[in-house]
Amino acid sequence: MILRAPARILDCTPGQFFHLRCPAHGPDQPFLRRPMSIYGYDTVRGELQFLYKVTGEGTRGLASLLPGDSLNVLGPLGQGFTIRGNWQNLLLVARGVGLATLAPLAQEARRLGRNLTAICSARAPGYLMSVDHFTGLGARVITVTDSEGTSGTDNIRRIVEREIAEQGVDAIYTCGSNRLLTLLQAIQAEHGIPGEIALEQQMACGLGMCQCCVRAFRRNGRIIHDRVCCEGPVFDMAEAMPW
Amino acid sequence: MVNLTTRLGALTLRNPIMPASGTFLEELANVFDMDRIGAHVTKTITAEIRTGNPTPRVCELRGSMLNSIGIPGKGVAYFLDNVVPFYTRFNAPLVVSISADTADGFARLCERVAVPGVAAIEANISCPNIEEDGKAFAIRPSSTREVMIRLRQATDLPLWAKLTPNTGETTEVALAAEEAGADALVVANTALAMAIDIRTRKPRLGNLMGGLSGPALKPITLRMTYQCAKAVRIPVIGCGGIDSVEDVIEYLIAGASAVQVGTATFIDPLAMVRMIDGLARWCEGEGISDVAQLVGSVRDGEAADMSVLMDTAP
Repeated sequence: MILRAPARILDCTPGQFFHLRCPAHGPDQPFLRRPMSIYGYDTVRGELQFLYKVTGEGTRGLASLLPGDSLNVLGPLGQGFTIRGNWQNLLLVARGVGLATLAPLAQEARRLGRNLTAICSARAPGYLMSVDHFTGLGARVITVTDSEGTSGTDNIRRIVEREIAEQGVDAIYTCGSNRLLTLLQAIQAEHGIPGEIALEQQMACGLGMCQCCVRAFRRNGRIIHDRVCCEGPVFDMAEAMPW
Repeated sequence: MVNLTTRLGALTLRNPIMPASGTFLEELANVFDMDRIGAHVTKTITAEIRTGNPTPRVCELRGSMLNSIGIPGKGVAYFLDNVVPFYTRFNAPLVVSISADTADGFARLCERVAVPGVAAIEANISCPNIEEDGKAFAIRPSSTREVMIRLRQATDLPLWAKLTPNTGETTEVALAAEEAGADALVVANTALAMAIDIRTRKPRLGNLMGGLSGPALKPITLRMTYQCAKAVRIPVIGCGGIDSVEDVIEYLIAGASAVQVGTATFIDPLAMVRMIDGLARWCEGEGISDVAQLVGSVRDGEAADMSVLMDTAP
């Protein structure tokens, strides 16, 4: 979905999200807004992009929109990904729709002249998302799928270890999968590589008032709860707790 | 020019619209001018640091939502050091919502938060998400009286009691709060409710049950507002499912002197500001010069249409 958007809302950071007021459509009457990560933003063309899979009332409502319709959006919200000045080689690992959240990272990496390798995982080659998008932004893409038997954690570990040995990896980014989080945390602990993860949670207000969207993190020897909408959705990977 | 000024006992508000506790936070200062609204009502404060309830803490239903947040918070010390000073920059009165497990705990916390800069105390004696099966002081007149008497002894500040829909004794609870010294009633908190995912057969909230809010709740809390306003002499602040200026007007006509807006702000952060503008416009269109003229103006003494129909029916 591509929205024509005013410049004042396009000052986005990769990893941020918008809170969408999905339209009612037939029997679907979405009540709360839906948080959705930004797929792309283009200040020159005045465009804001979202990539979504139709799974319920909210996304069915979005799918009912026709060219020329308007959509009420609130954002950009939350804390996005960090790309520190000395991080030259970036590695992102994600699966399924999680790749949509990481897509703007490729855009930003290119703008900053960093190298980006994307390990994209899916059930089968037909379900791989955003591969052309990443390739088009100059990223090196490695695909793994369940149907080819390449998406297991052992194989992904081998691929990541090879990247670390051959290219060097300065930072790792991921999104959404518990299995990948556990694997990447082990790798980053072993090699001392910083990383960030974008997390989801049921959300009501998106602005911090309701305290619905918390997740648990390990920080300074304690377990604390941060709001995905305000302190996140991007968090320090090492602090994130599997759920 | 329509006069929206609202008197709640000793307190004067520039208009009758304020946030419901738990739906308002300092962050909203980035979204609108917080001095536009009638008062500021904090999220409920507890003496101790609380983690809150397990996730999912929210789920969506038709025209409503359930929440079971469980009052997470950084405790009263953090509140006094950080939150109260933040609000001193505004003119709107600061209302502090408090909760505790016992009447004694309520009284001690009330004494601590009654500091300069705080204009009123709202006793959240009605949260359905703290005790098992949604038990709360405001379910019964006796427990309401007990906690409100202790609170009245603890402070000279205006004291509001927030009531619950989870009672069969709405009027008796309202009278108990008034007799114990409450200066106003907030009517009401969320209704204890539940939802189950039929595919997984698991309750849709991590805490099994939670509080219903949003437009689906409005007819119930509006009815309670009407009942309470009839029963007590102190002002009633309507709360529950307010989504439009028409809802605000309906509560005022039912007997509310002011209203609290909650869930609507989650969907539209500017909801309260829009309602204030809409209320002034509506009154102007109706030739009403003072919003107070609306309060309690319900025409409940006249024969219902239906009874006339019944009389003439064969």
